[in-house]
Amino acid sequence: MSHKVIIPIGPYHPLQEEPEFFRLYVEGEKVVDIDIVIGYNHRGIEELAEDKHYDQVTFLVERICGICSSSHPFAFVLAVEDLLKTQVPERAHYIRMIVDELQRLHSHLLWLGLAGHFIGYNTVWMWAWRYREPVLDLFEQISGNRNNYAMMKVGGVRRDIKPEDLPTIKKQIDKLIPVLDMFKGAITDDPVIKARLKGVGVLTREQVLDFGALGPTARASGVDIDVRRDEPYAMYSSIKWSVITQKDGDVFAKTMVRILEMYESINIIRQCLVKMKKGPIDANVTDLIPGEGIGRVEAPRGECFHYIKSDGTNRPVRHKIRAPSFMNVATNKVSCVGGTISDAAITLGAVDPCYCCTERTAVIAKTTNTKIMNGWDLIKLCQEKTHKLLHKLEK
Amino acid sequence: MSIKIKALSKSPWVFHVSAASCNNCDIEILDCFTPRFDVERFGVQLIGSVRHADALVVTGVINKKTIPLVKKVYEQASKPCLVIAVGTCSCSQHMFRFGYNVIEPLDKILPVSVYIPGCPPKPEAIILGIVKALGTLKKK
Amino acid sequence: MDINAKIRERLNTKIKDWQEHSSRRIYFKIDKQDIRTTASILFKELGFRLSTATAMDNPDGFEILYHFSDDKAGKIFSMRTFIKGRENAEIDSLVPVFKAAEWIEREIWELFGINFKGHPDLRHLLLADDWPKDEFPMRKDYKKPHERQP
Repeated sequence: MSHKVIIPIGPYHPLQEEPEFFRLYVEGEKVVDIDIVIGYNHRGIEELAEDKHYDQVTFLVERICGICSSSHPFAFVLAVEDLLKTQVPERAHYIRMIVDELQRLHSHLLWLGLAGHFIGYNTVWMWAWRYREPVLDLFEQISGNRNNYAMMKVGGVRRDIKPEDLPTIKKQIDKLIPVLDMFKGAITDDPVIKARLKGVGVLTREQVLDFGALGPTARASGVDIDVRRDEPYAMYSSIKWSVITQKDGDVFAKTMVRILEMYESINIIRQCLVKMKKGPIDANVTDLIPGEGIGRVEAPRGECFHYIKSDGTNRPVRHKIRAPSFMNVATNKVSCVGGTISDAAITLGAVDPCYCCTERTAVIAKTTNTKIMNGWDLIKLCQEKTHKLLHKLEK
Repeated sequence: MSIKIKALSKSPWVFHVSAASCNNCDIEILDCFTPRFDVERFGVQLIGSVRHADALVVTGVINKKTIPLVKKVYEQASKPCLVIAVGTCSCSQHMFRFGYNVIEPLDKILPVSVYIPGCPPKPEAIILGIVKALGTLKKK
Repeated sequence: MDINAKIRERLNTKIKDWQEHSSRRIYFKIDKQDIRTTASILFKELGFRLSTATAMDNPDGFEILYHFSDDKAGKIFSMRTFIKGRENAEIDSLVPVFKAAEWIEREIWELFGINFKGHPDLRHLLLADDWPKDEFPMRKDYKKPHERQP
């Protein structure tokens, strides 16, 4: 029997915040179609960037997304340096990498917490966010702010990491290893988490290539792409680390990719701390030339792409920004369809849609509109399923 | 002090409205509820339905697509309801002021009680802001 | 065989202008009517990925840059194409080749007013649904709200 229901998720719900609205078309329990509406967060940054000079644009692009607030300026300065063919001092490269990898740690921990919340493990949420705080403290120590770091600058970095901060950084990231072991153990051993995440929201390799998905979303489906290795910017070529891939393409694989990537991030930061030598941190770029430049960076969610066209004046003529979620969110069209509605919240969340994205969702069943739910209800549905499984296990 | 306002000043339930924000403020708000800051100790709770809200916490600039939603959310809230603007974006539109999709500052749309500037404000500042918002009630 | 040489051999006369900014950044020009076949060759035969497309508003028309990423060699090949004239600007859609182009083209359509022939679902992506039909905010002649005379 097909039974038509509207479940508008949103417009506002407590956990996620950003710019999307999903219309889930449901028949009974099954999701048959999905319509994704974005643009609630559109501020016209590309156009604003054309009114600002290059130094101001780094601050503007930092505010594209609060979670990857070092990736966007990083990609932007790489684009300008590509245009000018600037030689950036080595120490500046290492500082950029440390900030970028610390940001990856905090972003993945944040995602882990929210994913835990979606499937009803609020403890995971609280613990993951608790262990995220020391990372934010490191940022505060390095840059003076917990979230917008303002470290990147065309030609180098804006401020140095003080030698007295280095032991703290090392100590804090060492402390994260047992925490990651705990999370990894909890996720691989728990039968309920496995039952909830395995085989859910599967994205095949072909679909990933078709949609051009990026980052952990692609790597979980066996597509081996990582800008850090493919086009080694900064000093990634001088460091030993590996790209994490998984084969299954389900939510479990995406979770594992993110957890294992955190180990790699810690590994990279450790090597950077050792290899970082004293020296200048800024190439003092003063003149601009006409031309174009492309910069890309592996943000926590995938490749972040910036294109700059300059006419030699101090303002860009065109500044194109493509955030990784722009490509990843579109994959929900295939990963969500065919699953049950109680899996929808975690599937939509699994691409880490810059997180606050999934909020505004409406679920519409195909015939009459009989039931209205909000986003909170969708998460509740998702959590209830976990609890049911838990009860079954206890019996 | 009327009974309504007296009830409002104890254990405020907040509803989080993100207009067009960059997430930073949103995450810092959520951070207030996690173990380090844990405002639930004081009875502040983040809730899922605006109809139960005592205070709206608004982040981000208001753009053309969110303006009807923000208005609607405020209409649905039971009055009296405090509006708290978190972050420089919702206080003064920040660097997005001259964007083509950004129209009005928040205080031209809703009656804002407390402004918490910062990009993003620290969780301590957000907590202080909520306390100050409750303080304004006591004067009434 | 070097990937640059491979592309030059495969696309041959379609390439109008080849420019190597650096070893990892290559720009080449393609005629407007060739973009779908070229994109198909790059995606299906050479295994490139469409990173994104950049539209630009030039005085005499529009310019679209399709950035293809070769993840094996770590290069970006930017396929440049020009659309003459500002009225009724039109170009072939790449959605039949790969779905990645769907949102990218919707964004360009609403911000620049370039029509994509063969796009299955051309409607507003980022802007509000009641956005004025003849206003395209990324065009250079667009007047922002605060610049307009009351």
